[in-house]
Amino acid sequence: MKRFVDLHLQPSIKDLNQVKNMVGLASELGYHMIGITLPPNVTRGTVKQLQSICNNVKLNLIRRVDFFPKTPRELLHNLSRFRRKFEVISVVCTSKAVSRQAAKDRRVDLLSFPSTNPRQRFFDNAEAELASKTFSSLEIDMAPLILSKGFHKIRLLSSLRKEVKIARKFNVPVTISSGATNTDLIRGPYDYAAITALFDMAMPLALHALSTTPFTIVQRNREKLSPNFVAPGIRVVGRKNYCPNA
Amino acid sequence: MRKRYLAFKIKSEQSVNKRDITDAVWNAVLKLFGEYGAGQINLALIEYDQEKSWGIMCCSRRTVEMVRASIASVTEINEKSFAIHVLGVSGTLESLRRKVTL
Repeated sequence: MKRFVDLHLQPSIKDLNQVKNMVGLASELGYHMIGITLPPNVTRGTVKQLQSICNNVKLNLIRRVDFFPKTPRELLHNLSRFRRKFEVISVVCTSKAVSRQAAKDRRVDLLSFPSTNPRQRFFDNAEAELASKTFSSLEIDMAPLILSKGFHKIRLLSSLRKEVKIARKFNVPVTISSGATNTDLIRGPYDYAAITALFDMAMPLALHALSTTPFTIVQRNREKLSPNFVAPGIRVVGRKNYCPNA
Repeated sequence: MRKRYLAFKIKSEQSVNKRDITDAVWNAVLKLFGEYGAGQINLALIEYDQEKSWGIMCCSRRTVEMVRASIASVTEINEKSFAIHVLGVSGTLESLRRKVTL
Protein backbone atom coordinates (compact mmCIF):
# COMPACT_ATOMS: atom_id res chain seq x y z
CA MET A 1 0.00 0.00 0.00
CA LYS A 2 1.32 3.41 -0.96
CA ARG A 3 1.97 6.01 1.72
CA PHE A 4 0.60 9.22 0.24
CA VAL A 5 2.07 12.56 1.22
CA ASP A 6 0.64 16.03 0.64
CA LEU A 7 3.49 18.44 1.19
CA HIS A 8 1.55 21.64 0.71
CA LEU A 9 -1.49 22.50 2.79
CA GLN A 10 -1.85 26.22 3.43
CA PRO A 11 -4.44 26.76 6.13
CA SER A 12 -4.48 29.94 8.17
CA ILE A 13 -2.42 28.92 11.22
CA LYS A 14 -4.40 31.27 13.47
CA ASP A 15 -7.68 29.56 12.61
CA LEU A 16 -7.30 26.21 14.36
CA ASN A 17 -10.79 25.11 13.32
CA GLN A 18 -9.84 25.41 9.67
CA VAL A 19 -6.62 23.50 10.36
CA LYS A 20 -8.61 20.73 12.08
CA ASN A 21 -11.06 20.48 9.17
CA MET A 22 -8.32 20.37 6.54
CA VAL A 23 -6.19 17.88 8.43
CA GLY A 24 -9.25 15.70 9.15
CA LEU A 25 -10.24 15.64 5.48
CA ALA A 26 -6.67 14.83 4.38
CA SER A 27 -6.63 11.88 6.76
CA GLU A 28 -10.05 10.73 5.51
CA LEU A 29 -8.83 10.84 1.91
CA GLY A 30 -5.92 8.52 2.64
CA TYR A 31 -2.86 10.69 3.26
CA HIS A 32 -0.26 9.54 5.79
CA MET A 33 1.79 12.71 6.02
CA ILE A 34 0.94 16.34 5.43
CA GLY A 35 3.13 19.39 5.14
CA ILE A 36 1.72 22.61 6.52
CA THR A 37 3.26 25.88 5.41
CA LEU A 38 4.46 27.76 8.47
CA PRO A 39 5.74 31.32 8.78
CA PRO A 40 9.55 31.44 9.31
CA ASN A 41 9.10 32.95 12.78
CA VAL A 42 6.66 30.28 13.98
CA THR A 43 6.79 29.49 17.68
CA ARG A 44 7.34 26.05 19.21
CA GLY A 45 3.95 26.30 20.90
CA THR A 46 2.14 26.67 17.57
CA VAL A 47 4.04 23.73 16.10
CA LYS A 48 3.12 21.58 19.12
CA GLN A 49 -0.54 22.56 18.74
CA LEU A 50 -0.50 21.58 15.06
CA GLN A 51 1.34 18.37 15.92
CA SER A 52 -1.36 17.37 18.40
CA ILE A 53 -4.13 18.14 15.86
CA CYS A 54 -2.38 15.87 13.35
CA ASN A 55 -1.74 13.14 15.94
CA ASN A 56 -5.46 13.06 16.76
CA VAL A 57 -6.23 11.92 13.20
CA LYS A 58 -3.10 9.74 12.96
CA LEU A 59 -1.30 12.00 10.51
CA ASN A 60 2.35 12.87 10.49
CA LEU A 61 3.04 16.62 10.39
CA ILE A 62 5.83 17.99 8.24
CA ARG A 63 7.12 21.47 9.07
CA ARG A 64 7.46 23.40 5.84
CA VAL A 65 8.40 26.94 4.93
CA ASP A 66 7.96 28.81 1.64
CA PHE A 67 10.43 31.50 0.67
CA PHE A 68 9.63 34.23 -1.84
CA PRO A 69 13.08 35.81 -2.29
CA LYS A 70 13.55 38.74 -4.62
CA THR A 71 17.29 38.24 -5.04
CA PRO A 72 19.68 35.26 -4.81
CA ARG A 73 21.34 36.99 -1.87
CA GLU A 74 18.07 37.09 0.07
CA LEU A 75 17.55 33.39 -0.70
CA LEU A 76 21.01 32.47 0.65
CA HIS A 77 20.38 34.52 3.77
CA ASN A 78 17.03 32.80 4.40
CA LEU A 79 18.49 29.36 3.80
CA SER A 80 21.38 29.80 6.23
CA ARG A 81 18.98 31.23 8.84
CA PHE A 82 16.10 28.76 8.65
CA ARG A 83 17.36 25.50 7.13
CA ARG A 84 17.73 23.72 10.47
CA LYS A 85 14.32 24.88 11.70
CA PHE A 86 12.15 23.28 8.99
CA GLU A 87 11.91 19.82 7.47
CA VAL A 88 11.00 21.00 3.99
CA ILE A 89 12.03 24.23 2.28
CA SER A 90 10.29 25.41 -0.85
CA VAL A 91 11.42 28.36 -2.94
CA VAL A 92 8.88 30.19 -5.06
CA CYS A 93 10.99 31.39 -7.97
CA THR A 94 9.81 34.74 -9.26
CA SER A 95 12.95 35.65 -11.20
CA LYS A 96 15.44 33.75 -13.30
CA ALA A 97 18.38 34.60 -11.01
CA VAL A 98 16.54 33.28 -7.96
CA SER A 99 15.43 30.11 -9.74
CA ARG A 100 18.98 29.34 -10.91
CA GLN A 101 20.36 29.90 -7.40
CA ALA A 102 17.61 27.73 -5.88
CA ALA A 103 18.24 24.94 -8.36
CA LYS A 104 21.94 24.70 -7.58
CA ASP A 105 21.62 24.93 -3.80
CA ARG A 106 21.46 21.56 -2.04
CA ARG A 107 19.52 23.06 0.88
CA VAL A 108 16.46 23.71 -1.31
CA ASP A 109 13.98 20.83 -1.44
CA LEU A 110 11.26 22.11 -3.72
CA LEU A 111 11.25 24.48 -6.66
CA SER A 112 7.90 26.19 -7.10
CA PHE A 113 6.82 28.54 -9.85
CA PRO A 114 3.93 31.01 -9.78
CA SER A 115 0.93 29.71 -11.68
CA THR A 116 -0.54 33.13 -12.36
CA ASN A 117 2.02 34.24 -14.91
CA PRO A 118 3.41 31.70 -17.43
CA ARG A 119 6.36 34.05 -18.12
CA GLN A 120 7.51 33.50 -14.55
CA ARG A 121 7.84 29.74 -14.98
CA PHE A 122 11.58 29.41 -15.41
CA PHE A 123 11.84 25.62 -15.41
CA ASP A 124 13.76 25.12 -18.64
CA ASN A 125 16.58 22.78 -19.69
CA ALA A 126 19.29 24.78 -17.89
CA GLU A 127 17.27 24.91 -14.68
CA ALA A 128 16.56 21.18 -14.86
CA GLU A 129 20.23 20.37 -15.43
CA LEU A 130 21.18 22.34 -12.30
CA ALA A 131 18.37 20.76 -10.27
CA SER A 132 19.35 17.25 -11.36
CA LYS A 133 22.75 17.67 -9.70
CA THR A 134 21.25 18.61 -6.34
CA PHE A 135 18.33 17.18 -4.38
CA SER A 136 15.80 19.74 -5.61
CA SER A 137 12.45 18.58 -6.84
CA LEU A 138 9.91 20.34 -9.05
CA GLU A 139 6.71 20.99 -7.11
CA ILE A 140 3.38 21.18 -8.93
CA ASP A 141 0.42 22.55 -6.97
CA MET A 142 -2.98 21.25 -8.01
CA ALA A 143 -5.20 23.96 -6.46
CA PRO A 144 -4.40 26.65 -9.07
CA LEU A 145 -5.09 24.11 -11.82
CA ILE A 146 -8.44 23.12 -10.32
CA LEU A 147 -9.45 26.74 -9.81
CA SER A 148 -8.31 28.17 -13.13
CA LYS A 149 -10.71 28.45 -16.02
CA GLY A 150 -10.70 29.06 -19.76
CA PHE A 151 -7.60 30.36 -21.46
CA HIS A 152 -5.64 30.60 -18.22
CA LYS A 153 -6.15 26.87 -17.61
CA ILE A 154 -5.05 26.04 -21.16
CA ARG A 155 -1.83 28.06 -20.74
CA LEU A 156 -1.13 26.49 -17.35
CA LEU A 157 -1.64 22.98 -18.71
CA SER A 158 0.67 23.76 -21.60
CA SER A 159 3.40 25.05 -19.24
CA LEU A 160 3.04 22.02 -16.95
CA ARG A 161 3.25 19.61 -19.89
CA LYS A 162 6.54 21.20 -20.98
CA GLU A 163 7.95 21.20 -17.45
CA VAL A 164 7.09 17.57 -16.76
CA LYS A 165 8.70 16.56 -20.06
CA ILE A 166 11.89 18.49 -19.20
CA ALA A 167 11.95 17.05 -15.66
CA ARG A 168 11.69 13.51 -17.04
CA LYS A 169 14.47 14.22 -19.57
CA PHE A 170 16.88 15.39 -16.85
CA ASN A 171 15.71 12.97 -14.12
CA VAL A 172 14.48 15.75 -11.85
CA PRO A 173 11.95 14.35 -9.36
CA VAL A 174 8.45 15.82 -9.53
CA THR A 175 6.27 16.32 -6.45
CA ILE A 176 2.50 16.75 -6.71
CA SER A 177 0.96 18.76 -3.86
CA SER A 178 -2.48 20.16 -3.23
CA GLY A 179 -1.56 23.78 -2.43
CA ALA A 180 -5.00 23.95 -0.83
CA THR A 181 -6.00 26.95 1.25
CA ASN A 182 -9.36 25.46 2.33
CA THR A 183 -11.17 22.11 2.45
CA ASP A 184 -12.91 22.65 -0.90
CA LEU A 185 -9.60 22.40 -2.74
CA ILE A 186 -8.35 19.15 -1.22
CA ARG A 187 -8.75 16.03 -3.35
CA GLY A 188 -7.72 12.42 -2.85
CA PRO A 189 -4.37 11.17 -4.19
CA TYR A 190 -5.95 9.10 -6.97
CA ASP A 191 -8.02 12.12 -8.06
CA TYR A 192 -4.83 14.18 -8.33
CA ALA A 193 -3.21 11.36 -10.29
CA ALA A 194 -6.16 11.44 -12.71
CA ILE A 195 -5.80 15.22 -13.10
CA THR A 196 -2.09 14.91 -13.91
CA ALA A 197 -3.06 12.95 -17.03
CA LEU A 198 -4.20 16.34 -18.38
CA PHE A 199 -0.55 17.34 -18.70
CA ASP A 200 0.61 13.94 -19.95
CA MET A 201 1.92 12.54 -16.71
CA ALA A 202 1.62 8.76 -16.68
CA MET A 203 -0.33 7.24 -13.78
CA PRO A 204 2.64 5.36 -12.17
CA LEU A 205 4.76 8.52 -12.37
CA ALA A 206 1.97 10.59 -10.81
CA LEU A 207 1.49 8.12 -7.95
CA HIS A 208 5.26 8.20 -7.41
CA ALA A 209 5.12 12.00 -7.26
CA LEU A 210 2.40 11.77 -4.62
CA SER A 211 4.07 9.17 -2.44
CA THR A 212 7.70 8.07 -2.85
CA THR A 213 9.24 11.37 -3.96
CA PRO A 214 7.89 13.56 -1.11
CA PHE A 215 8.41 10.74 1.40
CA THR A 216 12.08 10.47 0.39
CA ILE A 217 12.55 14.24 0.77
CA VAL A 218 11.08 14.20 4.28
CA GLN A 219 13.01 11.11 5.37
CA ARG A 220 16.31 12.52 4.10
CA ASN A 221 15.78 15.84 5.85
CA ARG A 222 14.63 14.28 9.12
CA GLU A 223 17.79 12.20 9.14
CA LYS A 224 19.88 15.32 8.53
CA LEU A 225 18.10 17.24 11.29
CA SER A 226 18.53 14.43 13.84
CA PRO A 227 21.27 15.01 16.47
CA ASN A 228 22.97 11.76 15.38
CA PHE A 229 23.67 13.01 11.85
CA VAL A 230 27.34 13.72 11.09
CA ALA A 231 27.58 13.75 7.28
CA PRO A 232 25.78 11.94 4.45
CA GLY A 233 26.33 8.23 5.20
CA ILE A 234 27.83 8.86 8.64
CA ARG A 235 25.80 8.95 11.85
CA VAL A 236 26.38 8.39 15.53
CA VAL A 237 25.21 4.93 16.54
CA GLY A 238 26.12 5.15 20.23
CA ARG A 239 27.79 7.49 22.72
CA LYS A 240 30.30 7.19 25.57
CA ASN A 241 29.49 3.66 26.85
CA TYR A 242 30.23 2.14 23.46
CA CYS A 243 33.87 3.31 23.64
CA PRO A 244 35.23 1.79 26.88
CA ASN A 245 38.83 3.01 26.26
CA ALA A 246 37.84 6.62 25.65
CA MET B 1 -18.72 -2.55 -23.47
CA ARG B 2 -17.24 -2.90 -19.98
CA LYS B 3 -18.31 -0.46 -17.32
CA ARG B 4 -16.85 1.03 -14.18
CA TYR B 5 -18.85 2.24 -11.20
CA LEU B 6 -17.62 5.18 -9.12
CA ALA B 7 -18.90 5.94 -5.63
CA PHE B 8 -18.65 9.60 -4.71
CA LYS B 9 -19.37 11.85 -1.77
CA ILE B 10 -20.10 15.57 -1.80
CA LYS B 11 -18.48 17.78 0.80
CA SER B 12 -20.58 20.84 1.36
CA GLU B 13 -22.88 22.42 3.87
CA GLN B 14 -25.67 22.75 1.30
CA SER B 15 -27.43 19.87 -0.40
CA VAL B 16 -27.76 19.57 -4.16
CA ASN B 17 -30.18 17.59 -6.26
CA LYS B 18 -29.50 14.86 -8.78
CA ARG B 19 -29.89 17.17 -11.77
CA ASP B 20 -27.33 19.68 -10.48
CA ILE B 21 -24.74 16.95 -9.89
CA THR B 22 -25.18 15.49 -13.37
CA ASP B 23 -24.98 18.93 -14.98
CA ALA B 24 -21.87 19.88 -13.01
CA VAL B 25 -20.00 16.69 -13.96
CA TRP B 26 -21.09 16.88 -17.61
CA ASN B 27 -19.96 20.51 -17.78
CA ALA B 28 -16.58 19.55 -16.30
CA VAL B 29 -16.21 16.73 -18.84
CA LEU B 30 -17.09 19.08 -21.69
CA LYS B 31 -14.66 21.73 -20.47
CA LEU B 32 -11.75 19.33 -20.02
CA PHE B 33 -12.22 16.90 -22.91
CA GLY B 34 -14.63 18.60 -25.31
CA GLU B 35 -17.54 17.05 -27.17
CA TYR B 36 -15.38 14.30 -28.68
CA GLY B 37 -14.24 13.15 -25.21
CA ALA B 38 -17.71 13.49 -23.71
CA GLY B 39 -19.03 11.23 -26.43
CA GLN B 40 -16.74 8.40 -25.36
CA ILE B 41 -17.52 8.52 -21.67
CA ASN B 42 -21.08 7.09 -21.48
CA LEU B 43 -21.64 8.74 -18.12
CA ALA B 44 -24.76 8.05 -16.06
CA LEU B 45 -25.80 8.75 -12.49
CA ILE B 46 -27.03 5.42 -11.14
CA GLU B 47 -27.87 6.32 -7.58
CA TYR B 48 -27.90 9.48 -5.47
CA ASP B 49 -28.84 10.05 -1.86
CA GLN B 50 -29.44 13.77 -1.38
CA GLU B 51 -29.61 13.57 2.42
CA LYS B 52 -26.34 11.71 2.87
CA SER B 53 -24.72 13.44 -0.14
CA TRP B 54 -23.32 10.34 -1.79
CA GLY B 55 -23.97 8.59 -5.04
CA ILE B 56 -22.80 6.16 -7.69
CA MET B 57 -21.91 6.99 -11.28
CA CYS B 58 -21.13 4.69 -14.12
CA CYS B 59 -18.92 5.19 -17.16
CA SER B 60 -17.06 3.11 -19.71
CA ARG B 61 -13.95 1.38 -18.38
CA ARG B 62 -11.52 3.09 -20.73
CA THR B 63 -12.58 6.58 -19.66
CA VAL B 64 -12.63 6.13 -15.89
CA GLU B 65 -9.58 8.38 -15.36
CA MET B 66 -11.20 11.09 -17.51
CA VAL B 67 -14.31 10.96 -15.36
CA ARG B 68 -12.22 11.02 -12.20
CA ALA B 69 -10.32 14.10 -13.39
CA SER B 70 -13.60 15.80 -14.34
CA ILE B 71 -15.21 15.03 -10.98
CA ALA B 72 -12.12 16.35 -9.18
CA SER B 73 -12.22 19.58 -11.15
CA VAL B 74 -15.77 20.47 -10.05
CA THR B 75 -15.41 23.38 -7.64
CA GLU B 76 -18.86 24.95 -7.70
CA ILE B 77 -22.47 24.05 -8.29
CA ASN B 78 -25.07 26.81 -8.70
CA GLU B 79 -22.35 29.37 -7.88
CA LYS B 80 -21.68 27.81 -4.48
CA SER B 81 -18.40 26.09 -3.71
CA PHE B 82 -18.50 22.30 -3.65
CA ALA B 83 -16.06 19.44 -3.72
CA ILE B 84 -16.80 15.95 -4.96
CA HIS B 85 -14.57 13.13 -3.70
CA VAL B 86 -14.39 9.74 -5.37
CA LEU B 87 -14.56 7.09 -2.65
CA GLY B 88 -13.89 4.07 -4.81
CA VAL B 89 -14.06 2.52 -8.25
CA SER B 90 -15.18 -0.99 -9.11
CA GLY B 91 -16.32 -3.20 -11.96
CA THR B 92 -19.66 -4.21 -10.42
CA LEU B 93 -22.15 -2.46 -8.18
CA GLU B 94 -21.98 -5.32 -5.69
CA SER B 95 -18.21 -5.15 -5.23
CA LEU B 96 -18.33 -1.35 -5.07
CA ARG B 97 -20.84 -1.49 -2.20
CA ARG B 98 -18.62 -4.03 -0.43
CA LYS B 99 -15.52 -1.91 -0.98
CA VAL B 100 -16.97 1.44 0.02
CA THR B 101 -18.91 1.80 3.24
CA LEU B 102 -21.45 4.47 2.40
